Parts: sequence; C-alpha cells; structure tokens
Amino acid sequence: MIEVQHLSKHYGDKKAVDDISFTAEDGEILGFLGPNGAGKSTTMNILTGYISSTSGKALIDGTDILEDPIKAKSKIGYLPELPPLYMDMTVKEYLNFIYDLKKCKLPRTTHLKDICSLVKIDHVYKRLIKNLSKGYRQRVGLAQALVGNPNVLILDEPTVGLDPKQIIEIRTLIKKLGKNHTVILSSHILSEVQAVCDKIVVINEGRIVADDTEDNLSRKLSADHRLTVRIEGDQKKVLKMLEKADRIVKTDIGAKHGEDIWEYRIEAREGSDIRKELFIACAENGFYILEMKSSELTLEDIFLRLTMGGSIDGGEA
Amino acid sequence: MGAIFRRETLSYFTSPIGYIYLAAFYAFSAFSFTSNSLQYGTTKMDGMFQQLMIILIVLIPILTMRTLSEEKKNKTDQCLLTAPVGLGSIVVGKFLAAFLIFLLGVAITLVYAVVISAFAAPDWSVILGNFVGLVLVGAAFVAVGIFCSSLTENQVVSAVISFIALIALYMLTTIGDVIPADFIEKLMPDLGAVPRTVITEAVVILVTAVIFFVTGKKAAVPVIGFIAMLVLGLFAAKGELVPVILDKLSFWERYVGFTYGLFDLSNALFFISAAAVFLFLTVRVLEKRRWA
Repeated sequence: MIEVQHLSKHYGDKKAVDDISFTAEDGEILGFLGPNGAGKSTTMNILTGYISSTSGKALIDGTDILEDPIKAKSKIGYLPELPPLYMDMTVKEYLNFIYDLKKCKLPRTTHLKDICSLVKIDHVYKRLIKNLSKGYRQRVGLAQALVGNPNVLILDEPTVGLDPKQIIEIRTLIKKLGKNHTVILSSHILSEVQAVCDKIVVINEGRIVADDTEDNLSRKLSADHRLTVRIEGDQKKVLKMLEKADRIVKTDIGAKHGEDIWEYRIEAREGSDIRKELFIACAENGFYILEMKSSELTLEDIFLRLTMGGSIDGGEA
Repeated sequence: MGAIFRRETLSYFTSPIGYIYLAAFYAFSAFSFTSNSLQYGTTKMDGMFQQLMIILIVLIPILTMRTLSEEKKNKTDQCLLTAPVGLGSIVVGKFLAAFLIFLLGVAITLVYAVVISAFAAPDWSVILGNFVGLVLVGAAFVAVGIFCSSLTENQVVSAVISFIALIALYMLTTIGDVIPADFIEKLMPDLGAVPRTVITEAVVILVTAVIFFVTGKKAAVPVIGFIAMLVLGLFAAKGELVPVILDKLSFWERYVGFTYGLFDLSNALFFISAAAVFLFLTVRVLEKRRWA
C-alpha cells in the first residue's frame, strides 16, 4: 500500500511536483498518466527514495520513506525510466548482484530462476547485458525490480521502446503481478493505462487533475445526452426537425459522408435520453438514421480535455 | 556493502582499468626499484618508496575516476540509491574495492624486498615501515579520488580534479613556504593583532554582503564568505601560523618520515583520518544530490 500526502518538489522556482496526494491499495494497479515533463518520474523518484521531497509525505506500507528509508526501500521494487543496468555484467551476474544488494532471504537459485521465467529471459541468462536488445534490457530491468518479491512495484514507463508483441506480454505480466502486489505504473500512452490499470491518476504540470477509476472518469466527462448521429436526408430539413425537438440544447454539423448524408453532434438536456424520440422523428420525416452512438469520451479525450482545459467540474486543480 | 564491493572489484577486471593500473604500477615501480636500489647496490629502498608516492599521484585518479561518476552518468546509481542499503555502505564498498586493487599493486614492493634479500640481508623493519606508510597514504589518496569522482558525471573531469587535488596535497609544504603569510600585517603595519583582525573581518563581511545582494541572494555566497572570514582572520591574527598549518597537512611531510624508517603513530592516524574525512564528504555529496 502506498500513501502519498501533499507531496511537493521544487527545483528553485520551478515546481516539478506541486501538492499531490493519492493512495494505492494492496492488489491495486494505479496508472500514473501525464504528458512528458508532467512530474511522473519525479514523483516516482521521491516514492523510491532516490530524491527527497521538498514537503509532504510518502508512506510505503505505513513506513515513511524519509524517516526509515532502508525499511521502506526493502519493500519496493523500482524500474526507473532507464533500467539501471551494468553493461559489463551478464544477466546472471547482475541479478545475483541485485539479490545480494537487496539482502534477499529467499532461496537464491529458485527465486532468480522463477523471475527469469516470469519475464522470459531464461535464454539470455548468460549473456552480457551490453549485447542485449532494448526489449530484453527492459525485461532485465523488470526482473531486477522483482528480486526479493517486494510488496510494492513502481514501474516508470515499463513498455517504452518495446515492440507490440512485447508490449502485450509485459502488460499481461503486470496485470498478473497486480493481483498480489501494489503496482504504480506511469505512462503517457493512454491505451496502456486503460488496458492495465484499476485506478488512474492524471497529472499535468506537477498537479493532479483527476484521480478516479477509468469508468468514473468517462462518466464524469460524458453522458448519454451527447449523441453523434449520421442521418441521410436534406440537411436543412433535418436541422429544422432537430430544432423543433424541445429537449435538444445544441446541434453541430459534422463531416459529410456522401450525398445528403451528414453527421450531427447533438447535445440534449442533461439526464435525458433522446434516442427513441430521435428515431421516431426521423422515421416520421422520412430520414434514415445510418448510425447513432453516444459520444462517450475515450481516455484520449479525457486526457486532452483535462490537460488543456482545467479539471473536471473545476475540482481538484 | 559486500555486494557492492564484489561487483566493483570484478568490474575492475571486466573493464581494462584494473589491468592498466596494475601493469603501469608494476612497470614504473620496477624501473624505480632497479634504478634506486639495484643499480646502486644498496639494500635501502627509501628512494623507491619516495618515488612511488609520485607515481600514485598519477595512477590513483585513473583507478578511482569512474567509481561514482559513471554510476551517475549511466543512471545505475538509481539502483544503488533505491536499494535498502545506506549511503555509507555504498561509499565504503566502493572504497574497499579500489583499495584492494591498489593493494594488489603495492604488494609487488614486497617481492622487490625478497629480490634484495637474495643479495644481502635488508633491514626488514624499515622496509615494512615503508610499506605500511605507502599503504596508508594510498588509502587517503583513494578516498580523495572517490570524493572527486562523486562531484561530476564525467570520468575525465573526475580524473583531472583528483589529479589536481592530489598534487596540491603533496605540495602543501611548498605552497606554505611561498605564500605571503604576513600580507595583512604589512597592509596595516601600525595596528596590533586584535584591531587588525576586527578590520579584516569587517571588510570580508561587507564584501560578502555586497556580493550576496548583487547576485540575488545565492545561498553559496554566505558559506564562501564564512570560509573567507576564517582564512583571512587567521592571516590577520597570526599570519606566521599559516605555513606551519599547511606543513602539518602536507601529505609529503607526513609520508617522508615513513621512508626513513620512522613509524610515527600521529602520521599513521593522519592518513587514516584523511581517508575517513574524504569518505564522509563523499557521503555528504551523495546526500546533498537527493535534495538538489
């Protein structure tokens, strides 16, 4: 379990991290989402004790990282942005070094073997890290974080630079690990966070702009009252029909998709479902609905909306 | 600490550095031994041991230049600093590894002593004293080198800084002889020691304050100002003490006694404390970096 309370980090006048708080429960995968330079890596470096915060607290399983760093650090497995690998060592030497460094008590051979088969690096076990490809280096980095079976895993952009097949493998692995570890994972790739995480914290310019589950985030930002409809029929007549409907607040014309086929973005009064009404109206007027969908926002939309236009409901930020 | 020591020692031999250091040390010490002892037909080895200190000034920076700078550059320090080990054990582990390689080099002098004993019986206690002296001065040098390596991310810069620092420590006596210890006295010839000191300190405080406000209240300025107060205050109050102090701090003065066969405990303790001080400073540098 990780608790972050009012954490700030200032570099001179620049606020890299500005008063952020969040919690990650046991067995939860928390996605840390933000554009480049938002303060993701800084926050993770503070959580792992690599740098110190200017103010605020970070508790790892109830232990303050500043008050008892050695105890707190022994509970963390950390994969930094750039895996901290010694190029002049073989994978075997490196993992054994990490094993000693972390003063691991688990049976050495079986533990390292388990980790290697988990991240699939068995067949490069005796090779020099210098000669491994980026994808394998990333996996060795992940293996390094797993040594000692720590409760908390902090992974800074774990899939960066991997090919699509490897990305899926690593994601599956993280999901598996999330069942019995607390995982914090940072990314600027939204689909990744969407695919893996139980909970999402969106951060921008050092501040948290949203902190919720993905479903809740979408619900907050969009609802059934926003529809995108593709209708075949004379544009002016369709617009006149839409204007007449009293529950519709706003209509925008979107792209043209063919002769007399247009896309309309319709916003109804909040909380009202106008789909049936729209269907009947079109049928009566002799227009054809070719497509209708509620404009639920994807994480991409949420993300852009949050980072460009302030916060949801003017909330935290 | 054990893990870091083992990794570091191995890395000296997976990279060429360990081999280069040992080869260079063996070669130069062999030249020195041949010319100072064998060709003179003497069993005395002090000439060689004096020369070895100069050789170490050049070679130790090569040995220590990557210890911490490379970690920082390759970001592998993230792995060490986020592992459940203290900064102290990281630094000491690295120190011990470099010290071990240094010892492997210095051990060759014992072979030379054995070579000499084939010709005539050497004075073993003197040679042993020489050896202990060299080991102690080497420990202090390695600590200085590791400290310099913690200051930068660049190996070459690290080597150059430690090279300069070691030469300065070696030359402290010479610097003390040349430095004009009484220059403040000469500026204010009619005043006694107390008013002279007060005036000097006032001037330093004034200058520091001006610089402090002009540079936009940089925190480093008062620190430097404080050091300047101590140094110039010493010059003003008791200028004649400066060469004496520098002489006491000189690595050469402390070492040369060993080569004459004098084992002075205070000199031994001096080198051990110098090593400890620089290792402590290294820990402080690493600690400070986390707060930067």
